[in-house]
Amino acid sequence: MKTPPALHVHQATVRFGEVEVLSEITFNLEQGQFLAVVGPNGAGKSTLIKVALGLVKPMRGHAALYGKDAGSMPERIGYVPQLKTFDRSFPASALELVVTGLRRSWPARVRAPERERAAAALEQVGAVGLIARQLSSLSGGELQRVYLARALVRRPDIVLLDEPATGVDFLAEHDLYALLERYQLETSATIVMITHDLAVARYHASRVLVLNRRVHGYGLPADVLSEQCLQEAYGHIGHAHALSFG
Amino acid sequence: MILELLDIVQYPFMRRALLAGILIAVMCGLLGVFVVQRRLSFLGDGLAHAAFGGMGLGTLLLLSGGWLGAEAALFRQPLFVALPFVFITALSIAWVRDNTNLSSDTTIGVFFAVAVALGVMFFSLIPPDASVNFDVMDLLFGSILGVRQSDLVIISATLMLCLIVIIPLWGRLGYATFDEELARTDGVATRRLEYLLFGTAAVVIAVSSLVVGIILMAAYLVIPAASARLLAKSLFQMTAFSVMIGVSSTVVGLLAAVFLDVPSGSTIVLSQAVLFACTTLLARRRIFGSRS
Ligand SMILES: Nc1ncnc2c1ncn2[C@@H]1O[C@H](COP(=O)(O)OP(=O)(O)O)[C@@H](O)[C@H]1O
Ligand SMILES: [Mg+2]
Repeated sequence: MKTPPALHVHQATVRFGEVEVLSEITFNLEQGQFLAVVGPNGAGKSTLIKVALGLVKPMRGHAALYGKDAGSMPERIGYVPQLKTFDRSFPASALELVVTGLRRSWPARVRAPERERAAAALEQVGAVGLIARQLSSLSGGELQRVYLARALVRRPDIVLLDEPATGVDFLAEHDLYALLERYQLETSATIVMITHDLAVARYHASRVLVLNRRVHGYGLPADVLSEQCLQEAYGHIGHAHALSFG
Repeated sequence: MILELLDIVQYPFMRRALLAGILIAVMCGLLGVFVVQRRLSFLGDGLAHAAFGGMGLGTLLLLSGGWLGAEAALFRQPLFVALPFVFITALSIAWVRDNTNLSSDTTIGVFFAVAVALGVMFFSLIPPDASVNFDVMDLLFGSILGVRQSDLVIISATLMLCLIVIIPLWGRLGYATFDEELARTDGVATRRLEYLLFGTAAVVIAVSSLVVGIILMAAYLVIPAASARLLAKSLFQMTAFSVMIGVSSTVVGLLAAVFLDVPSGSTIVLSQAVLFACTTLLARRRIFGSRS
C-alpha cells in the first residue's frame, strides 16, 4: 500500500462572505519535503495553513494530513503562528508556553521531565536563556524563538510556519533555516513555510507553491519561480521580489 | 481585641455569614481569573442585573400563583426562576457575540439594560400590599448577615458545581484564554468551553448576587483577580492569589462591618480595594526595581 502524502489538499475552496479567498486548491506534499508558500499579501497563504490545521473548514474540497482529516491529529503537527500582538497582560513564562506544546493545555505546575524537554527545545532554537523569562518581557524575535520551541518540543512530523522570519533580524533568520534543516535531517519531518522572501524559497525549499487565491505554480523551485508564473501571481513584473528573479 | 473577635464569631449568624462569604469568595476568585484575562469584567455586572430581572419575574410569577413561601429566607423560591433566567441571559450574550461582530461589552450592555428594565417592570407590577417577605433593597445591596442554614446549602452546592467545572478544565480554559486559535489547533473545543464558562458564571453570579447584592457583585469577580494579576508571574499563581485575596478581604470586611456597625457589603468591597491599592503599589515597586 502506498503511504499517504504528508499533506493532501484537494479542490479546497474557502469563502469569507462574498470573497473567495481560496479557489480549488489542489496539491500533494510528500513526507520530508520543505515547501515554501509564496504570494502577495492577502493571497490566502495564512488561510491555506489554517485549512491544513483544521481551523478553517473549506466550503468545498478537503485537506488531509497523512491520510487523516485536517485537525484530527494535533500531536503530529507543530504550528508557528504569524507573530501577532499577543496579550501582554497574560501572566506566563517562556517555559509555560513551550510546555503547552507537550500538554496541549495550560500548565498549572511544570513537571521535571516536561521542564527538561522544554529546556532541550529552547536550547535547539538558541533560546535556553529565556526559559524563566516572562513572555511580556520578550522582544519579537525572542518570542518567535519561543513559539518555534513550542512547535518543535513535541517532535512533530510536520511543521507549519506562518512567516516566521518577518520581524526577525537577518542573523536570526539565517539561524532559523539552519535549525529547520537540522531538525529535518534528524527526523525527516515535512516543513511548510509561508515566506515573503523568494530567495528563501529558491535556496532552502525543495518545493514551492505560488499562491494568489488559486495555485499559480507548484513544483521544484527552479521550475516554479519563473518570470511568467510570478508575474501571474503578483500581477506586475515591476514587483521588487519578482525583479530580482526575473 | 482578639477576645472580642472570638466573641463575634460565636454568634451563629456571624459564622454563617463568614462561611457564606468565604465560599462565595472562593468561587468568584476562581472564575474571576478567566473573567479578567478575557476582558469580561463587565459580565459580572451584566449577569448580576439579569438576576434582578429574574428575581422580579420570579416574585411576580410566584405571587400570582400564590406559591411564595411564608418564611423569610435569603433564597426565596424566586431564585429558582432567577437562576434559569440568568443562565439563559449568559448563553444569549455568548451567542450574540459569536454570531455578530459586536464586542462583549456592547452585547453585555444591551442585555444589562433590558434585564434592569424588565426587573423594574416586574417589581412595579407586584401589588404594594402583597407580602413578599423581602426587601428589594436587600436584593440590591446584599444581606450577608442574614444568611440562613438553607442558603448555605445552596451556596455550597454552587461552589461544588463551580469546582467540578473549573478544576478539570482549568488547563484548557487557560490555554484558550491565552490564545484561542492556538488552543483550537491543539484540539481544544474553545467554543464549547466558552459557553460552559458563561453558564457557570451565570449560576455563580445568580446565587452570589443575592447574598452580596447585585450592585456589589462585580467587585467580587473583578477586584481580587485584578489584584492577583498584579502580583502573579503565572496563571496558576494568579488563581491562587485571587482566591486568597478574595477570602481574606471577605473575612476582614465582615469583621469590620460588625465592629464599625456599617453595612458588610461596603466594608468587604473596601477591603478588596485596600488590597488592590497595596498590590498596585507593590507591582509598581517591582517594575521600577527590575528596571534599575
Ligand atoms: N476570518 C476571516 N474573515 C474574513 N476575511 C478573512 C478572514 N481571514 C482572512 N480573511 C481575508 O482573506 C484574505 C486572505 O487572508 P490571508 O490568508 O491572511 O492572506 P495572506 O496570509 O496571504 O496575507 C484577506 O483578504 C483577508 O482579509
Ligand atoms: Mg498571512
